[in-house]
Amino acid sequence: MNMAEGEWDIITGNHAAALAAKLARVGVVAAYPITPQTTVVEYLASFVESGYMNAEYIRVESEHSAMAAVIGAAAAGARTFTATSSQGLLYMAEVLHWAAGSRTPVGMAVINRSVGPPWNIHVDHQDTMSQRDTGWLQLYVSSNQEVLDTIIMMYKVAEHPEVMLPFMVCLDAFVLSHTFMPVNVPKQEEVDDFLPPYRPRHWMLDPSDPISFGNLVFPDDEYQEMRWSIDLSMRRALEVIEEVAEEFSEKFGRYHGGAIMKYRISDADYVILTSATLASEAEVAVDMMRDEGLSIGLLKLRSFRPFPHHSIRENLQGKKGVIVIDRSISFSSGGPIGTEVRSSLYDVSGAPAVVNYITGLGGRDITYNDVIAMSKDAISRISTGRLRKPYYWHKLKQDYQRIELAEEVVS
Amino acid sequence: MSITIHDLRKSEGSYLPGSASCPGCGATIAFRIASRILGPNTVYVIPACCFSIIQSPYPRSAISAPILNFAFAAAAAAASGVQRAYKFLGKDVNVVVWAGDGGTVDIGIQALSGAAERGENIIYICYDNEAYMNTGIQRSGATPIKAITKTTPMGKQEMPKDMPMIVAAHRVPYVATASVGYPFDLANKLEKAKRIKGFRYIQIFSPCPPGWDFPVEKTAEIGKLAVDTYFWPLYEIEEGKLRVTIKPRKKPLKEFIRMQRRFEFLKDEEIEEMEKLVMEKWNFLLHLERSERVF
Repeated sequence: MNMAEGEWDIITGNHAAALAAKLARVGVVAAYPITPQTTVVEYLASFVESGYMNAEYIRVESEHSAMAAVIGAAAAGARTFTATSSQGLLYMAEVLHWAAGSRTPVGMAVINRSVGPPWNIHVDHQDTMSQRDTGWLQLYVSSNQEVLDTIIMMYKVAEHPEVMLPFMVCLDAFVLSHTFMPVNVPKQEEVDDFLPPYRPRHWMLDPSDPISFGNLVFPDDEYQEMRWSIDLSMRRALEVIEEVAEEFSEKFGRYHGGAIMKYRISDADYVILTSATLASEAEVAVDMMRDEGLSIGLLKLRSFRPFPHHSIRENLQGKKGVIVIDRSISFSSGGPIGTEVRSSLYDVSGAPAVVNYITGLGGRDITYNDVIAMSKDAISRISTGRLRKPYYWHKLKQDYQRIELAEEVVS
Repeated sequence: MSITIHDLRKSEGSYLPGSASCPGCGATIAFRIASRILGPNTVYVIPACCFSIIQSPYPRSAISAPILNFAFAAAAAAASGVQRAYKFLGKDVNVVVWAGDGGTVDIGIQALSGAAERGENIIYICYDNEAYMNTGIQRSGATPIKAITKTTPMGKQEMPKDMPMIVAAHRVPYVATASVGYPFDLANKLEKAKRIKGFRYIQIFSPCPPGWDFPVEKTAEIGKLAVDTYFWPLYEIEEGKLRVTIKPRKKPLKEFIRMQRRFEFLKDEEIEEMEKLVMEKWNFLLHLERSERVF
């Protein structure tokens, strides 16, 4: 089970997530199994039991308790880690708020999986997107190397005195979690040098300095200010994410982007905006469309929370159109990313048209060909002014697509 | 060596004047005693319960120990995390859950059962006021049969869960019942629990004047009568071996029942029926006491 640190290896996304927790010197792990997260907790168990990783491992009886335990452990001064998926994340929902409200910089890998019913263990982002208002930093990644590197980086971001918020690194079920990819595993000493031990600076449970955390706050006291401070920290985290990504890149020679990653957009008329592994497909799609002579680029959204309003406005102002591809839906409203991108651009002069697609739910395979199809559909809509709907469904089965098209004609 | 009133008086508690409790609150008597025994090197994890209010609102605190207030369902899980972090960091601190009966026998039972099964090194104390009192008197899984609450306006129809036995069935090293009416029995059980490693559980009978509808000066008396009528027997289960710690001369259950208006619907015949249940439980406990091991 021990890894060849400082060397290349071929590992799954789940293995990379577990290794990142080990390399970050997490002191307390609490976790509960759920497909497709399960191998993360199995790797961690074998790391701890073989002595490769020095940590307390709490084999809890539910995800709610997993999150409760890591919050408790962080409150007592330990660096913590857990992992979950889908229903497990939703079962944690109450305590997700507790983690952020406690300002405990808990770390979590979420293996994005669709939400039941019906049961489906494959990828979409409904689980994490629906938890966007819990006060957690949310990063979406596209490769197993990015899984490992981002978890290590995010401890540094989350524990930054200006931030002090929990984070989730989101990786696509199976596409990353169970797919083997080459990963350069850093040496423990290098990570130690980059990521100092966790020292709680705001509060902790300490009998020699007793404080009561979380007791009743009346409307005229600081409840609203506490929520404001989470928002402020979240906004400041944008800058910290950039700084930490730069520092990481200097030290390890790898840069995955900060809150966003740009690909061939400086001279592009059209920009695809998406996240996670869809962004990898989009990269291929951009190259292929460029070869055809289309002026198109990609803006990969890594950080959904904090939401990089400024970067989005700066990079998309003056473009002809933005094709936003969401792998989740806020029913009757649109894709969570599409909605926010449109909101971000609304009052920008020369704002591009935003065409939002919902696709790839329940693990429906979306390849670069789909991205090309959506991009061309969007460009044709923009150039002919057919932009009646706030969002469009892509790759519905034919009979269903017909109903959806009829809806469009009616509207 | 047992705890005397002198020991209790000498030890410093974590309960400060000026709390937000109701007059005559049994739970605060329990906390006063518990915090004196548990001492200053203690961290409390408190789920939603009366103590969320009793500790008094931000930015004040009527408790001079560190507190992690926590979500209703997960006190035992949060406490597990706290204790494991201290273990990882090489610190020796008592980690105590201080929870009401709803947060223990109902919504918190899963986390409690998980922590007990894992043998987490924590003390779980349930101050049992036999209903959801903080939300204004609704029935819980610990509410006794026939008791009136706002969600059982004609009296509860079901028997309460036998939580100490449920916990004992997890084969934890220490389980005890206690009552604020027998403070030294309570103090000695806490003292014993403190010296044992592993998962320890104490359920403290804590009369609630507004919830049970009795005069505020009667809390201690009711706490004592509950034991003396065998309504709430005091026992401990140490390493599976049960011992009834207080064996009072039996008083009629009616004396306990008639002091509280929550039982006002009970006819004398019904009290007689309850007497039978109470005696059954008492005899069962005496039977268990003769066994080598209960679990």
